[in-house]
Amino acid sequence: MNGLLRIALKLLLNDKGKFATLVIGTTFSVFLMMQMTSMFSGILYQSASNIVNVGARMWVMDPAVQTPQNSIPMPNYVLDAVRSIPGVKFAVPFYVGAGLVKLNDGTYQSATIIGLDDASLFGRPTIISGSITDIYQNNAFIMVKDANYAKLGSPKIGTSFEINDHRAVVVALAHTPVPGLFGLPTLYTTYNRATQDLPSTRYLISYILVQPKSTQDIAAIEQQVKQLGYLALTDQQFITRNDRFYEFQTGMGTNILIMTLISFLVGLSIAGETFYMFVLDNLEHFGALKAIGAKSGELVQMIVFQSLVVGFLGFGFGVLLSSTMIAIAKLKIANYAAMVTYENLFLALIMVLIISAFSSYIGIRKVIRIDPFDVFRG
Amino acid sequence: MILTATKISKSFGEAPNQTYALREVSFAVDFGEMLYIVGPSGSGKTTLLSIISGILRPDDGDVVVKDVDIWKLGSDALAGFRLQTIGFVFQDYHLFPRLATLENVAIPLILRREPWDKSLAKARKTLQVVGLAEKESLPPYKLSGGEQQRVAIARAIVAQPDLLIFDEPTASLDGDTGRKIVAFVKKHILNAQRAIIIVTHDSRIYEYATRIIHMEDGRIVPGTGVDHEK
Repeated sequence: MNGLLRIALKLLLNDKGKFATLVIGTTFSVFLMMQMTSMFSGILYQSASNIVNVGARMWVMDPAVQTPQNSIPMPNYVLDAVRSIPGVKFAVPFYVGAGLVKLNDGTYQSATIIGLDDASLFGRPTIISGSITDIYQNNAFIMVKDANYAKLGSPKIGTSFEINDHRAVVVALAHTPVPGLFGLPTLYTTYNRATQDLPSTRYLISYILVQPKSTQDIAAIEQQVKQLGYLALTDQQFITRNDRFYEFQTGMGTNILIMTLISFLVGLSIAGETFYMFVLDNLEHFGALKAIGAKSGELVQMIVFQSLVVGFLGFGFGVLLSSTMIAIAKLKIANYAAMVTYENLFLALIMVLIISAFSSYIGIRKVIRIDPFDVFRG
Repeated sequence: MILTATKISKSFGEAPNQTYALREVSFAVDFGEMLYIVGPSGSGKTTLLSIISGILRPDDGDVVVKDVDIWKLGSDALAGFRLQTIGFVFQDYHLFPRLATLENVAIPLILRREPWDKSLAKARKTLQVVGLAEKESLPPYKLSGGEQQRVAIARAIVAQPDLLIFDEPTASLDGDTGRKIVAFVKKHILNAQRAIIIVTHDSRIYEYATRIIHMEDGRIVPGTGVDHEK
């Protein structure tokens, strides 16, 4: 390492009190920013659980649909029309709705009911107990074993209850990659049974799941569906549409943004003020260095290096702390909605770099302005 | 001559509150000299010291150090020149309290981009010269005033500069320690390839000067600056 930077590092590390304050302040700020943005990412991810779990390449829906939970039923002819679009390999109906489950002890519990295409069972979950073909039995439902499983009394294969006054029997237990956001148990059945058993409007199809013949066909399919008066989106586009809804139309995004900014300002003020005090403490010595022959650029290098060391340490510790907290929370609370993404890390890193830049800027201003003549004047 | 100052003038502030700190001051310093600049407060000693060491730009006049007209250099070149040619001992020492004594001494070498280990080795040797080898790992605040002064001297001489500038070297020391330090400087630091300029108003150390310039009201008092040892 360059000798001057080594000196800068020693000056920083040997001032243990200020160094600790700087690192703790930055760590705390990064921790808060990471917590806020990770929670939001987790919420967005889990709100799009159906899209991820089903795994369809394209989704056809009413243009007013914003999130996978709030579908607007479509008439059956749309399914036929979509199937006839050149470039569509196959298209199947998909039902998603809410059912009211009456448990054996007489209590009620809302549940998400998903109806899979009877012929293909496209979008089926991974079976962990029982057989997928049992879904064709009378009154058969497949129960997803996730964090909300216990809300239906932790049913086993053969357990029966009522859904909207219809008998339902659990024939298999399944696993889905992403838990839902709203804390409801999930039951899978066939499309026909779902539309028969659950109260429905005149139209029945929640979504049409489409597999294009090739990626090149997607644009044409989207165009053709648009001409039908409906909306076709790829899974990623649908996830983005869902994200935008929560970000901009619910107030959730604004609240998270405000909290993230507050966390940033906390870090900025702690790190900025402490670093300023640190530079002030060393100011006369920096003046002496200037008198001895240090160039201003070299002093700037030292200060920037010091602030970057603090910034990166704070970033590392903050990310470690928030990741640990999230991991522990997920162990204790199975459907805890938080996830660390590369975007969150990048955002926190940018914020930390701004904190470092601001801190070093106010220090640099002081150091640049100090006149070595002041060292002689005392 | 190692240094020639010609008609140096310097004022501070704007008219009508302008103060003249120096008025056409001229003098020269030769190798092997230990020149004192003395005078009452406000006489212009510190201003003169700052100008001849390339820190404060004069309004008028030239300063030539080792055949280089230093005020014709750009700011970075001037900083480099100071680093290569001049060693400073400040009144308050200005040692970094968070660095070990050894690292403080090595700073001019580190600024010269010498390798870390080599710089520390040279600093260690220099600390031996000033008799503080055993205290190299201590931070300066754990040393006495006299020891800190010797560390500052070690830092000033570690890069073997031709010109040493001392600003009030005994101001923070008791009389006995001050005299010992200056006697040490004269005996061990001053040599035929080097000159030392000391600004002081401590008459107790005048006996060690080879020449003394008295200043008053920004001018050299006529008749001063005669070689003491001749």
